[in-house]
Amino acid sequence: MSTAAAAHVEHGHEEHHDLGFIRSYIFSEDHKVIAKQYLISGIIWAVIGGLMSLVFRLQLGFPDMDMSWLKPFLGQWINESGKLDANFYLALVTMHGTIMVFFVLTAGLSGTFSNFLIPLQIGARDMASGFMNMLSYWFFFISSVIMFWSIFIETGPAGGGWVIYPPLSALAEANPGSGTGMTLWLVSMALFIVSSLLGGINYVTTVINLRTKGMTFDKMPLTIWAFTFTAILGILSFPVLLSAALLLIFDRSFGTSFFLSDIYINGHALPNQGGSPILFQHLFWFLGHPEVYIVILPALGLTSEIIATNSRKPIFGYKAMIFSMAGIMFLAFIVWAHHMFMTGMNPFLGSVFMLLTLIIAVPSAVKAFNYITTLWRGNIIFTPAMLFAIGLVSFFVSGGLTGIILGNSALDIQLHDTYFVVAHFHLVMGSAAFFGMIGGVYHWFPKMFGKMMNKTLGYVHFWFTFIGVYLVFFPMHYIGIAGFPRRYYQWSGFETFNTYADLNAFISVAAILTFSAQLIFIFNFIYSIFWGKKATANPWKSTTLEWTTPVNPGHGNWPGEIPTVYRWPYDYSKPGAKEDFIPQDVPYSATPESNLPEENEMISEEKEIENIEYNHNIPD
Amino acid sequence: MTAENTLREEPKPVLSINKWKFITWLFIITIVMLFASQTSAYLVRRAEGNWTEFEMPQIFYWSTLVLFLSSVMVFLSVRAARSDEFKKLRAFISGAFVLGTAFLIMQYIGWQQLQETGIYLKGNPSGSFLYILTGLHAFHLISGLVVLVFALAASFKMNIHSKKMIQLEVCSTYWHFLDILWIYLFVFLLYFR
Ligand code: HEM
Ligand SMILES: [Cu+2]
Repeated sequence: MSTAAAAHVEHGHEEHHDLGFIRSYIFSEDHKVIAKQYLISGIIWAVIGGLMSLVFRLQLGFPDMDMSWLKPFLGQWINESGKLDANFYLALVTMHGTIMVFFVLTAGLSGTFSNFLIPLQIGARDMASGFMNMLSYWFFFISSVIMFWSIFIETGPAGGGWVIYPPLSALAEANPGSGTGMTLWLVSMALFIVSSLLGGINYVTTVINLRTKGMTFDKMPLTIWAFTFTAILGILSFPVLLSAALLLIFDRSFGTSFFLSDIYINGHALPNQGGSPILFQHLFWFLGHPEVYIVILPALGLTSEIIATNSRKPIFGYKAMIFSMAGIMFLAFIVWAHHMFMTGMNPFLGSVFMLLTLIIAVPSAVKAFNYITTLWRGNIIFTPAMLFAIGLVSFFVSGGLTGIILGNSALDIQLHDTYFVVAHFHLVMGSAAFFGMIGGVYHWFPKMFGKMMNKTLGYVHFWFTFIGVYLVFFPMHYIGIAGFPRRYYQWSGFETFNTYADLNAFISVAAILTFSAQLIFIFNFIYSIFWGKKATANPWKSTTLEWTTPVNPGHGNWPGEIPTVYRWPYDYSKPGAKEDFIPQDVPYSATPESNLPEENEMISEEKEIENIEYNHNIPD
Repeated sequence: MTAENTLREEPKPVLSINKWKFITWLFIITIVMLFASQTSAYLVRRAEGNWTEFEMPQIFYWSTLVLFLSSVMVFLSVRAARSDEFKKLRAFISGAFVLGTAFLIMQYIGWQQLQETGIYLKGNPSGSFLYILTGLHAFHLISGLVVLVFALAASFKMNIHSKKMIQLEVCSTYWHFLDILWIYLFVFLLYFR
């Protein structure tokens, strides 16, 4: 609070009074505080989701293990003979997926970095509406509480997979988790959607309306482009998930038959007639596919920034990056049925969706190529953030390749719902986005907390995690090709799969080690907040605006006037320049030694940019 | 606006569109997506056959007219505010509110008429969709009524006048949108029953 107060004094607002603890740290409207709230919530959820995965990995890797020692934590879900309850296994998988996709990699990632970086990088004092921003976090918080609560209810949390396909999710009789657990899941997700929409609307409005002088679209950092595209994806696709959830709620609680038809339970026919479970899948995947890009795009945006800064080179193909993100965003809406090749879809329709799906590989490859060419012959500085960014590129490539295999409807007949799919999306989405998030934390930690994170621990964390992730997910491709289906409690009943017992055990051990390595990060994170080395204002010698703020930016971000922007964000190692980076707020007239001819011409426009007067008649 | 907000220098707008208007439009886009997904689900489901046709309740024709008139009221209230005619302004907003409420009541009567003809929420999805679509619209209309009440309150506090139009303009955009949305749904349901 003291810094915020100081900022105000410099503004000349003598009438300022302290906001008090609650208004400044809990119900805060400051985008930086909200970002940290999202980050901490995301980390807590990541730990919970990670621990869940360890429990089911134990089950898969060591099916004969006596799990009685888990009884203190799992209670009735471990039966007398020390076995994990089969239904609870399904619930764990479901919760793990939901938590990781939505709570960690959507809220934790977008919520943290869009909130933190958008105002700082475009030169705004705060978000368009601080109040909506606060609401967005608190909706997320309530949604989190409900989801967390559902883990502890008697019948267990939802167990129909994170995709909650009916009829399994629609009928309470189908699975213990389909009762109260599923109801809570739906309520929690409805609130989550509200939170995401409030957030997304705010991000887009801020980027469009509140850029500082000179920050034209062609001078925006790629992070901002990525966050904007992500927000647009969310605005367009989350309402569709809400639609699906709404119809499902009516099927569950009001006896309608949108998704139900011709169902027999224990020989008795249900009254529901005329519904179509495939309809749900269409609605779900119309969100579900864009959702995977909602998860990866922000991570790619952070990576662009980290890689350019630490290669000390301009990003290769700035415009190509923007257009490929726009292309991905557009295509994301017309490929959803590649998740449904096996639903008895018309084969002709299948090939249309196959074609569209494979086209996504083009913009994705452009991005991967541009990262690699940016690294090529750069003066690479291997900070922990940089390592994680490079790790992201590696996962994005290796996971993307299996996407192309899955995108072929004929190959998907064999691979659908096997561990091959699990391997695909954990590399390309799970691990890549996770690495983007972690890299972002290492990179922007100095701006968030005014301290540096410990580098050595960062390196150890990186190598354990990077190798660990490949050890966990690479073998899954083989198991998947062999036909091992996902979401199976136990494989030891099938003779053919016994050959993979060792491999499964290996994966589980690797998973435990990889998870443990995250404790290093958590330790480093907490330790550095309190006892880390004090940071400087611009520790990575970066060009974007957030590094022109004080070490601990206060309320309003810049103590004086907001800087004006004159150049693009990637002036690294410019020939002739005194230093190897030129911040965005340095005018061309101050750098005659490094200007290109066309940039010299732009000097005459600088006065114009400085004299932009915003129309203050537009009231807020 | 809370006290702290006015203390700090406000972020400066770049475009000439007010941020609240922009937010309203984005919000409208999310509602459009919601109804677009509902109506496409409707069409996909209808194409699969086993679809009971329903008769549109007579009263929906009248409720459409009522909602349209309330939109006209809102339009007139904006004109009144522009020329600082406060009595008219309040009268028109109140009128829009009354007509909006009347619309809701008529929708409810429409539901009862539907039930008399044997179309229930439970049963063939065609009927269920009819209830969901009209219900979802009614839900949004209630939110529109709340926005109208706020505008009415502001007009009494003299917070709406020719130099301060944002709130009323946002309100009218939303209300016209709800009107158009209903007309879309109505024509859609008539055409594809
Ligand atoms: C080259 C680009 C890509 C192609 C062609 C592709 C294709 C596919 C296909 C066909 C499936 C369905 C497999 C099945 O269920 O049988 C799939 C699943 C999946 N993909 Fe991709 N993908 C690509 C990139 C990505 C990216 C970038 C992400 C996320 C950031 C992603 C996330 C997922 C997820 C989460 C699933 C599984 C969903 C589930 O069933 O639980 N994919 N992908
Ligand atoms: Cu997909």
